[in-house]
Amino acid sequence: MGSKYDVLVIGGGNAALCAAIAARLGGASVLVLEGAPKFYRGGNTRHTRNMRCAHDAATEILTGPYTEEEFWEDLLRVTGGQTDEVLARHMIRESKDILNWIVEQGVRWQPSLGGTLSLGRTNSFFLGGGRAMLNALYLTAERLGVDVEYDAEVTDLVIDDGMFLAARLKRPINGETEIRATSLVAAAGGFEANIEWLKQYWGEAADNFLIRGTPYNRGSILKMLLDKGVQEVGDPTQCHAVAIDARAPKFDGGIITRHDSVVFGIVVNKHSQRFYDEGEDIWPKRYAIWGRLVAAQPDQIAYIIFDSTVVTSFMPTLFPPIAGQTIAELAGKLTLDPAALEKTVTEFNAAVRPGTFDHTILDDCRTEGITPQKTHWARKIETPPYLAYPVRPGITFTYLGTRVTKEARMLMADGKPSANMFAAGEIMAGNVLGKGYAAGMGMTIGSVFGRIAGREAAKHARN
Amino acid sequence: MHGTRILDEADRLMTVCNSCRYCEGLCAVFPAMEMRRAFSDGDLNYLANLCHSCGACYVDCQFSPPHEFNVNVPQTLAVARAESYAAYAWPQALSGAFARNGLVISIVAALSMAAFILGFAALNDRSVLFGVHTGPGAFYKLMPHNAMAALFSAAFLYAILALVMSVRAFWRDIGTPIGGRADGGSIFQAIRDAGELRYLHGGGVGCYNEDDTPTDRRKLFHHLTFYGFLLCFAATSVATLYHYLLGREAPYPWWDLPVVLGTLGGIGLVVGPIGLLVAKSRRAPELLDETSYGMDVGFTAMLFLTGFTGMLLLLLRETAAMGPLLALHLGAVFALFITMPYGKFVHGIYRFAALVRYAQERRSEAGS
Repeated sequence: MGSKYDVLVIGGGNAALCAAIAARLGGASVLVLEGAPKFYRGGNTRHTRNMRCAHDAATEILTGPYTEEEFWEDLLRVTGGQTDEVLARHMIRESKDILNWIVEQGVRWQPSLGGTLSLGRTNSFFLGGGRAMLNALYLTAERLGVDVEYDAEVTDLVIDDGMFLAARLKRPINGETEIRATSLVAAAGGFEANIEWLKQYWGEAADNFLIRGTPYNRGSILKMLLDKGVQEVGDPTQCHAVAIDARAPKFDGGIITRHDSVVFGIVVNKHSQRFYDEGEDIWPKRYAIWGRLVAAQPDQIAYIIFDSTVVTSFMPTLFPPIAGQTIAELAGKLTLDPAALEKTVTEFNAAVRPGTFDHTILDDCRTEGITPQKTHWARKIETPPYLAYPVRPGITFTYLGTRVTKEARMLMADGKPSANMFAAGEIMAGNVLGKGYAAGMGMTIGSVFGRIAGREAAKHARN
Repeated sequence: MHGTRILDEADRLMTVCNSCRYCEGLCAVFPAMEMRRAFSDGDLNYLANLCHSCGACYVDCQFSPPHEFNVNVPQTLAVARAESYAAYAWPQALSGAFARNGLVISIVAALSMAAFILGFAALNDRSVLFGVHTGPGAFYKLMPHNAMAALFSAAFLYAILALVMSVRAFWRDIGTPIGGRADGGSIFQAIRDAGELRYLHGGGVGCYNEDDTPTDRRKLFHHLTFYGFLLCFAATSVATLYHYLLGREAPYPWWDLPVVLGTLGGIGLVVGPIGLLVAKSRRAPELLDETSYGMDVGFTAMLFLTGFTGMLLLLLRETAAMGPLLALHLGAVFALFITMPYGKFVHGIYRFAALVRYAQERRSEAGS
């Protein structure tokens, strides 16, 4: 037999650490089991940079108020109503206090980063980014006396009639062991890095997906919980996907492989055909649709094509654009059919109507007479060198999760609340975020429900 | 691309960092980077010298090793910085002094101290060298004041000349921004930023040293060293004024201004360098440029030696040890002066120039 703790936290990201700290502050003994090695700790939190919290007035780093009601309306819009209103409103209310609470745990804010001015009022940015935030939370947790184990792969959960008893753990050195605890907080994320699982819904196409986070986000805890009778929430087939550079590594390329350039050019598939209106809406509002669109194209690959006049209109990119003095030369480098690409560009150029370009609004630069149309920011691609970024779907997170109550307590398939199991973060994000996304919301869900779960788990353990 | 491996690597990293920007709140390097989309040699040397090596961007980076992007900005910029010192050194014939700097400085220091001892012994009777001298002019019984002043002025002026020529080459290479010359406001801003070591701060929590817990120890020891150095310099300057304007000759009583300044400065120059050397020996190797270990240690050790021999001289100046100690102290100071343009001392000069440039860029950005 292994040791016994009041609260066992499985996971090592923002939600897990907020839960661990809150449980420890509530007087509980706490163990955190992080499945990744120390460097890769924290799941998707490593790659985040901000959090969306409601606030009634401007602060040192936020340029204006963001009321609970406005937050709710934004959430309603991005999810298309696929949200639990009671839970969501509770989260939004609690988010106000998180702005201060998280600072008390050592996290530091800064004004919005260069290139993200549109978020300056609503989102608080972590000084140094998500890993800096994690480092601060880990230091605080360890200072408070929370035990942390890395490379801690949980192989099984012992659950009896909705009651957590123990976790079986495979340590890299000491082998199998069992850890008992009075309460469980599951904060171990989704299954976005589990290609086999993704294939159940996406088929062989999933082999061409790139995963934006670490290879450790395999959803094994989520699967165990659902297998042992916890009620599921969220569409299992859906994931958040953006178009990222096709040259990015298979895992953990993070945010720097993204492309902001779709609105400045056209996007073609491997047959050199356009397939969607590149000018549909303002960036970054339509940022997240392009992953799904590219996933639906043959071989899950597409190419953003633009010319040298727009190079400085977007953030510098990790991978340089591929360049050609003529469209045919560019096509050759992209292994596209030169004649087909020339035809697509020529037809597009001929369809561009005159207008006044302004990328900050839905301007009047549009095409006429081609399908699909480009409804805004359409300008001729005619100034060499011609440039291109190859893109593939980059999977950020999955929506499937465990259903919870306002207290972050898991609900069992029969609708009864679990006696001692709580969930926080991406593993239960589907309760609030049934689909879609808005910047910083994942971290709000993590911190708010992490803190609630930790508090409630400690309360249960101390009773 | 850039002619040196390290500048190629710095360019690669700045391209990675410029597409991320999470670290822009930590220090001046990243905001300066964001003002550019491509990086010349001069740009990279500018960024390298702007970096204070606090280590925060390494600890905060999701792409630092073992990640395959292998982003290690502090170490890369430390190597680039050390190589930039040699690249801008004047005269270029002496740039090789940076490559094996620890050795060069040790040899110069040893030779310099030996020369003073031998010189004192050759020019003075045994009874004078080991005699007890007190009262005004005591030091000058061993070495005439004018000889001392001439020798040290020459060494000091040479150091100034070499430093000015070096930093001029640096200043030209990093490119003058629109607006031309350095303006008063930017210089004042840079003096403040350098004076408080604003960017040796991990963005507010302190530096990263031996582990992932930040502290402000290096900043404290650097302050002791730097302000100790300035106080000692002030002590010498005041004594020079006393000598020429008031006709008052050293040594001065313990309560007099040159001695008070020198004593406070000397304490700083003993405690500060020891603290810095200990901190360096403990620092995580992945944050350091280990190839310039000799250079870093050489200069810090010279400062310590200067402070230590000076303090000994103060304590024992009324004993028979004064003569040899004076020779040692003068030897140490002389070696410090002539090696200044060819050792770690230059970091302060280049970094200050980089801070002026950064202040200019910020002002022109705000103005545009």
